[in-house]
Amino acid sequence: MSLRPFSRRSFVLGAAGVTGLGVLSACAPGEEAPTDAPAGSPSAVESKDPSQLGDITLVVWDQEVRGSQNDALEALNKAFQDKYPNIKIERKSQSFDDLKAQVSLALSGNDVPDVVQVNNARADMGQFVKAGQLTDLSPYATTYGWEDRFPTSVLSKVRYSADATTFGEGNLYGLPQTGEIVGIFYSQKKLDSLGLKVPTTWDEYFEQLDAALAKGEQPMVLGNVDKWPALHVFGPLQAKYVTPEEIVKLGMGNAGASWTDDANKQAMTQFADWGAKKYFGSSPNGTDYDAAWNDFTKGTGVFLPGGSWLGTDMEAVMGEDLHFIAPPPAVDGKLATTGGTGIPFSIPAKAKNVDAAAAYIDFITTSDAMKLIAENGGFPVLDTAALAPEKGVQKEIFEAFDKVSQEGTLLPYLDYATPSFSDTAGQGLQEVLGGQRSPEDVLGDFEADYKEFTGQ
Amino acid sequence: MSFTARKRREAPSAVVRGRFTPYLYLLPAFLVYAAFLLYPLMRAAQFSLYDWPGFGPSTFVGLGNYVDLLSDRRFLAAISHALILIIFYSILPLVVGLVLAAILRRGKVRGLAFFRVVIFMPQVIALVVVAVAWYQIYAPNGFLNRALSAIGLDELTRGWLGDPNFALPAVGMVGFWLQTGLVMLLLLAGMGRIPNDLYEAARLDGAGPVSEFFAITLPSVKAEITTALVLTIIAALKTFDLVYVTTGGGPGTATTVPSYEVYNRAFNLKEVGSASAVAVVLTVLVFLINVVVSRIGEEKR
Repeated sequence: MSLRPFSRRSFVLGAAGVTGLGVLSACAPGEEAPTDAPAGSPSAVESKDPSQLGDITLVVWDQEVRGSQNDALEALNKAFQDKYPNIKIERKSQSFDDLKAQVSLALSGNDVPDVVQVNNARADMGQFVKAGQLTDLSPYATTYGWEDRFPTSVLSKVRYSADATTFGEGNLYGLPQTGEIVGIFYSQKKLDSLGLKVPTTWDEYFEQLDAALAKGEQPMVLGNVDKWPALHVFGPLQAKYVTPEEIVKLGMGNAGASWTDDANKQAMTQFADWGAKKYFGSSPNGTDYDAAWNDFTKGTGVFLPGGSWLGTDMEAVMGEDLHFIAPPPAVDGKLATTGGTGIPFSIPAKAKNVDAAAAYIDFITTSDAMKLIAENGGFPVLDTAALAPEKGVQKEIFEAFDKVSQEGTLLPYLDYATPSFSDTAGQGLQEVLGGQRSPEDVLGDFEADYKEFTGQ
Repeated sequence: MSFTARKRREAPSAVVRGRFTPYLYLLPAFLVYAAFLLYPLMRAAQFSLYDWPGFGPSTFVGLGNYVDLLSDRRFLAAISHALILIIFYSILPLVVGLVLAAILRRGKVRGLAFFRVVIFMPQVIALVVVAVAWYQIYAPNGFLNRALSAIGLDELTRGWLGDPNFALPAVGMVGFWLQTGLVMLLLLAGMGRIPNDLYEAARLDGAGPVSEFFAITLPSVKAEITTALVLTIIAALKTFDLVYVTTGGGPGTATTVPSYEVYNRAFNLKEVGSASAVAVVLTVLVFLINVVVSRIGEEKR
C-alpha cells in the first residue's frame, strides 16, 4: 500500500508538480467579466413575423415532465409549429433538479439553447443575470403587451435590476406559464367526524388544531426529511404575524427588513411550539415528503399544509372528500400566502434565435395557451378563475390562487432570498422543529444570511 | 506486501539498463492517470483559491476559502461526523469481522461459500439502492419501528433519520452493514494462508481458542487488517450517496459529511471555490490518516 521505492515517489510528485505549475499559470476559472450586457437594450423591438425569419431550429430546454404539464407543452409546441412551419422545435425535457444542475454549466458555454426554463430564485436566475447570461425581455414585453397580460405581482417574480441587486423590479428575464399556491388541504369527512369547522381566521385554525390534538388526532401532516417542505408551512404562518410587505422584502432578498423583529420571533416561536407539542406527529424531520401526503390520503392527520401541485395526486385517492383553502387572511386582513409561478421561460444572452425565441415564449403564454394548459389538467398562471374546472379540489385551488393573486399577495418562496437561503432556511426550520435550536438562534442565522447578502 | 525473495539476475541489455527506460514504460499509464486524476485534482486546488460561482467571472482570494472553513460551523460539523463514521465503517467492522472470520475459520462451517456470498452481497449492490432500502427501514412507520413495536418496545420507536441524536448512528449502521462483509472476507483470506502446523503446535502446547487467536491468528493477518482499515476509512471519509439519499445532511447539520458539503456548496450554493477547498481538505485528510494507518501496520510487521 505504500510507494516504497523513493525514486518512484519523487518522480510522481515531480511530474505532478510540473503538471500543476502548467495549470496554475493558465487562466483563472470562469470567464472575464461580462462584456457590456446585451448592448443598450432598445425600449421596444419591431414585432417580427416569425414566419419571415427563415428556416430555424429552435432549441427549447424545459422541465415540464409531469403528465399534465408535458401534455400541455407538447400540444403548444405542435400548435406553434403548425402556425410557423419554418420553425422546428427541438425539445429537450428533463426533471427540475437535472435541468437546474445543467443550466449553470450550459449558460456559460457557447452552444446554448434558445429557450430555457430558469428557476426565479437568486441562487439561479439572480446569479445568471449578474453574470450577464440572460436576455432582458423588456423590449419584447412592450412589443407583445406582456405587461397588460400579466398581473404586476406575477411579473415581479421575474424582474431583476440589471446588476441583480434588486429582485422584484427592473428588467424582465423570463415569463411563466403556470401558477402555484401553498394552502391547506383537509378531508371533509375527517372534519365532520371530529366536529370541526373549516377555519376562516388563524385563531380559528389554531383552535381546530388544539381540538384535533385533544381528540387524539395528529393536527397536521408534514414530511420534512428533505428540509424544504417546512418552508411551505412556515411561509404562510409567517403572514399571521408579519406584514406581507416585509415578507416580500425578506423573501426576495431586498434590503430594508429584519428577521429578528418581534413579529418574526412570534411566528418562529409558534412554529417551534407546533414542533414541540408534536402537532406534526412524532417525527416530521424523519418523514419523507411523498410518504407524508400518502399517509394523509389514508387518514393520518387532519390538515395538510402544502402546495397546489399535490392536488391532482391526492384527489386521485380521496376524490371529492379532498378540499383546499388558502390560508386565513394575513396580519393586515388581506389574503397572503406563499406561491407564485411555475419555472419561467428565459432566453440565454448567447441564444442564436432571440426573435423566434421571444415569439415562442409569447405563443405559450397567450390566453389560448392558458386554455390549453387547463384543458390538459395543468394550472395556468392567467385567467385562473375562468378556466377553473367545474368541481373538485382543482376548482378550489384555481379560485384560491385567483383570489390571492388579485386581491392579496402571493408571497415569494423564502428560498428565493439569497443564493444560500434555501440551505439556511431548510436547516434552521428543521432544527427549530426538532427543538435542537431556539427560535432566536435560528432567526439569528436567517438574519446573518440576509444581512450578508443585502450588505446592510 | 513486499517480495523478499530475490533471485540473482542476469545482466540486462544496454537498452533496459538505460536510466529512463523504466519510466518510458510507465509513461502511457501515467498520461492517462494525469489527464483524468492529476489534472482535475490540480484544477480543484486552483479553484479553491478563487471566489467563483461556477460560471462567469472569478475573484482570486488566495487562502481565503480555507480561512473561512476554520470558523464554518457546517464544515467543522461535517469533519467531526466523518471521524465518527470511521468508528462505524472501520473499527466496528474490524472487531466483528475478526471474530466472525476466526469462528468461520475454526469451525469449518458447512456451506462457507454461501455465507461468504451473502455477507459480501452489500458490497455488490449500488450504494444508492442500499440507501433507499435503509431509508424505508428507518422510516417512522418503517420496518425497524414496526419490529420494535411488535416486541413491545414502543418507547424506542422514532423517526430515526429525523432524530438529531440517532440520525448519524443510523447512517453509520448502514456503513457497518456494508463494510463488515468486506472486512471479514479479507481477513478470512488472510487466515486461510496461515499454515495449520502453527495451530497444531499451539494446541500441543495447550493453547485454547482464545490464546490461539491472539498468539497466531491476529499477528498473521496484520497486513490484511491494515488493508481493511485503509479501504474502510477511505469509504467512511468519502461517504456521499448514503447521506445524500437518506438525510441530505439533516436534521439541521446532524449528518452532514465533507463529501456532501462539497456537493452542496458546488451545486446548491454555487460556491465552487469553497467546495473545492473542502474537497482539498478532505483529500489531504484521507491521505494523512491512511499514511498513519499504513505506517503503524508496517511497523508492527
